[in-house]
Amino acid sequence: MTGAAVLTPKLTPEQEGLMDWIDIGALEDIPERGARVVKTQAGCVALFRTGPEEVFATADACPHRGGPLSEGIVHGRRVTCPLHSWVFDLESGAALGEDARLVTYAVRLVAGRVLLDGRLLAKRSAA
Amino acid sequence: MKQKLVVIGAGMASGRVLEQLTETAPDAFDITLFNGESRGNYNRIMLSSVLSGDKTYEDIVTHDAAWYAARGITCRFGEHVTRIDREAKVVVGQGGEVAYDHLLIATGSAPFVIPVPGRELPGVVTYRDLDDTEAMIDAAGRGGSAVVIGGGLLGLEAAAGLAGRGMAVTVVHLMGHLMERQLDEAAGYLLRRDLEARGITVRTQASTKAILGEDRAEAVLLENGDLLPADLVVMAVGIRPETRLATDAGLQVARGIEVDVQMVTSDPAILAVGECVEFSGQLFGLVAPLYDQAKVAAQTLLGRPDAFVLRDTATKLKVTGCDLFSAGDFAAGPGREDIVYRDPARGIYKRLVIEGDRLVGAVMYGDTADGAWFFGLIKDGTEIDAMRDTLIFGPGFQGGSAADPLSAVAALPPEAEICGCNGVCKGTIVQAIEGGAQDLGGLRAVTKASASCGTCTGLVEQLLQVTLGEGYSAPAARPVCTCTELTHEDVRRLIKAKALKSQPAVWQELGWTTPNGCHVCRPAVNFYLLADWPLEYLDDPQSRFVNERKHANIQKDGTFSVVPRMWGGITNPVELRAIADAAEKYGAQTVKVTGGQRIDLLGIKGEDLPGIWSDLNRAGLVSGHAYSKGLRTVKTCVGTDHCRFGTQDSTGLGIKLEQTLWGSWTPHKVKLAVSGCPRNCAEATCKDVGIICVDSGYQIGVAGAAGMDLKETERLADVATEQEAMDLTVAFIQLYRENARYLDRPYKWVAKVGLDWVKARVVDDPAERRRLIEAFELSQSIYRKDPWAEHADRGRAYAPLADLTREAAE
Ligand code: SRM
Ligand SMILES: Cc1cc2nc3c(=O)[nH]c(=O)nc-3n(C[C@H](O)[C@H](O)[C@H](O)COP(=O)(O)OP(=O)(O)OC[C@H]3O[C@@H](n4cnc5c(N)ncnc54)[C@H](O)[C@@H]3O)c2cc1C
Ligand code: SF4
Ligand code: FES
Repeated sequence: MTGAAVLTPKLTPEQEGLMDWIDIGALEDIPERGARVVKTQAGCVALFRTGPEEVFATADACPHRGGPLSEGIVHGRRVTCPLHSWVFDLESGAALGEDARLVTYAVRLVAGRVLLDGRLLAKRSAA
Repeated sequence: MKQKLVVIGAGMASGRVLEQLTETAPDAFDITLFNGESRGNYNRIMLSSVLSGDKTYEDIVTHDAAWYAARGITCRFGEHVTRIDREAKVVVGQGGEVAYDHLLIATGSAPFVIPVPGRELPGVVTYRDLDDTEAMIDAAGRGGSAVVIGGGLLGLEAAAGLAGRGMAVTVVHLMGHLMERQLDEAAGYLLRRDLEARGITVRTQASTKAILGEDRAEAVLLENGDLLPADLVVMAVGIRPETRLATDAGLQVARGIEVDVQMVTSDPAILAVGECVEFSGQLFGLVAPLYDQAKVAAQTLLGRPDAFVLRDTATKLKVTGCDLFSAGDFAAGPGREDIVYRDPARGIYKRLVIEGDRLVGAVMYGDTADGAWFFGLIKDGTEIDAMRDTLIFGPGFQGGSAADPLSAVAALPPEAEICGCNGVCKGTIVQAIEGGAQDLGGLRAVTKASASCGTCTGLVEQLLQVTLGEGYSAPAARPVCTCTELTHEDVRRLIKAKALKSQPAVWQELGWTTPNGCHVCRPAVNFYLLADWPLEYLDDPQSRFVNERKHANIQKDGTFSVVPRMWGGITNPVELRAIADAAEKYGAQTVKVTGGQRIDLLGIKGEDLPGIWSDLNRAGLVSGHAYSKGLRTVKTCVGTDHCRFGTQDSTGLGIKLEQTLWGSWTPHKVKLAVSGCPRNCAEATCKDVGIICVDSGYQIGVAGAAGMDLKETERLADVATEQEAMDLTVAFIQLYRENARYLDRPYKWVAKVGLDWVKARVVDDPAERRRLIEAFELSQSIYRKDPWAEHADRGRAYAPLADLTREAAE
């Protein structure tokens, strides 16, 4: 459907109302099955484009030894860490077969633009 | 007193409103209906059938003159409304004003025209109404070629219609696969295959630069410089809500005219329905939701409460033979679980997307019979937990069989080549099995299949299994990964035998169980495709490990190392100065001489890579590919230039080899060395290819190892001339590229196929040697390039997408 707003992960309308959406950049600047990074006060956030109109956001640092996940191979809705190949589910942030989890962030896609919650601008306490 | 209702636009949405109104309350309104088109409401969806010749305009008229007359509707067709005066409550048409009590805007949408030069030339049409359709039919009558810009629903229906009428049609699509909003890559691949089978050419990732022509369209020029002849150009790149009247009248308009759940705009006297509206951030492009809107609008006009509810929509393509179905938000929702089913033999692909215990999306190609059932499950939010395991087989499932891992082999045509060494095809093997060969040994004796290098053994065994059924149990071979049952060798063989030239083709035709592979199979398949089809296949950076994507080695702290090439280990003051400057400028943490006779700058930030590359490029330094599954280094010793024992020009030969081989991709890394005499200062006897110079010429050793395993090279041949040494080396490396499994170094591969098998091709068979060298050169015509130079001006892609720390500080 033309230009429908897409939100990952799904939030309740109340949760969504709390968000302070800010425009980060164009969807087309993130390669499909690839990722880009956004620097924030809460550390680097990785934006993964898993489909033509699907983007997930997580912390960029791997819980194992801090590997930059945005440099990993993106497959399905997962990413494989470039340093020691842990695999993460991008929606939940869970590591497959490991007891570890990534922080995930809400992303909104509107008319080809990528929106993140502006509270990431604030200090880590907000995240 | 009747209320005065004016309707702008006699399309599919307002048509439904009028039906409902005149049925429930025939005398409530005095209705005036404007339409820009010089006709009333017809089934716009069926224009594709008119174009294809299956129907005529008369067949698709929904409301004819008699229908309007019977309901007392004043029709002003062929007349555009130019203005709405909300103060005076009048609508201004080209033929005069009409007053209203209630106004309904249903102006639909306008085709988007990409702003390229030449778009106004005659012969360039959009696809929206009957006039467009007739223009296309007319053009097709004169024959020639057509270019359709846009590979979505409309563009493809136009393309199929024009091809059916005998035009040579090319579809130009900006994205990587067709109908990307409705289909995933696998379904997009099957659709493309079917369209190509009917003679339509498909160009994806193609951007239009201009339409060329003297006084009418003659050709379409693409961004990459290709020129496509075109007597007709159809623009079908999308639609834009037709909101001009509403905007001018000061109504609230976002991308569409904003309406509430009653379909009322920001002016209580004005309603809007159809593709011109925006509801809750959503636009519309299919009729199902418009009919819901129409029902609500009619109720609102009659003063009855009703509310519009957004619902999922399903898409089909009205092209016979291209059976696809897509519903829900499979491509545009939060993370979920996928169930994938592929039947390569019948060209079927199905993918269900499940969230929690509900089905939320479905894509199908080839067999869409269960589409409506799945769509029902999606719309109703049915709990599917109980039938999860068998869901993909549809409502008719009763103990049906699971996806058959052997179906890829079963689907091969009889002429598909299974054994490359001995040129044995599937038909021959099946015949032999049917003729009594019941095991591998028997088959080898009769057909020679898998009797040489043995890499096709897996496939031959699968053929035994397919042909003999339960009667044969093949020893389990290790598959590439959990996405497939096939081994690396099987996949390589099948890519060649079936001429698979894209990743979606491999996933579909070989029955992958995941939508797009994983980090294990993707890099392997990407390599196999580019090794076999260097000209046709486009390397996919997203299927590469970060080092090969970023052309630098990632370090444990996320920084990178930069290693420029030093041909044969030789450098000079200019290069050394440039390296020193770069190390200082970009803050290299460590500068180290590597074990490969060159210099490594460690600790460079990812975003600085394009900068340091262009600095190094300026001094003539290029990428050393220290990160690649490809040629790494050619170590040399000083040889005859300086050394009192040197017998041949080892340094010169090393440089020549490196210059011939650099940039090539191989199954694993490849390292060479050339020593000037048997003292072997370049450590050539433990390399993938190691050459020792002697008085009589060159001793070529291959398949050495000095990493996780330690192994001396084996002698491939002794040759007299430098040219022969070069030729044998190139031929050996090409044979390795064509046959080895991904991540096998040459020593592992040679251990599998045997040195004799290698010698028979590289040394003893001059024709095969020539073929190998030519194949290598062909591939190098694409890949013998400095990736650093190509990426140095793509700085943006290496930088963060945004820096919010800076914004926050401001
Ligand atoms: C830089 C260097 C060490 C040095 O400081 O000298 C090096 C560094 C690495 N080597 Fe090496 N190897 C280096 C020469 C060697 C050599 C010696 C040689 O080339 O003569 C060997 C033994 C010969 C061989 O290739 O087998 C060597 C055998 C390996 C192996 C084992 C390969 C094997 O098949 O057994 C690996 C692991 C792999 O490739 O899977 C490896 C992998 C690596 C990686 C890429 C590890 C990784 O994946 O991150 C290291 C990258 C460090 C970095 O961030 O830059 N490195 N490595 C050398 C670069 C040479 C060059 O100029 O390109
Ligand atoms: C070739 C084709 C195939 C399609 N196939 C499908 C399909 O398979 N499935 C599906 O669900 N949908 C399909 N659609 C989309 C579907 O036809 C539209 O969603 C639907 O027609 C939109 O209805 P509407 O009433 O909003 O607009 P329209 O039907 O476009 O009607 C709007 C009318 O308003 C008139 N108008 C505009 N401005 C003015 C003005 N200022 N003054 C007077 N009149 C004006 C226009 O002339 C037009 O006649 C297809 C569309 C096309 C073109
Ligand atoms: S030997 Fe090679 S891979 Fe191992 S630590 Fe040293 S550089 Fe890294
Ligand atoms: S740092 Fe990610 S797997 Fe080790």
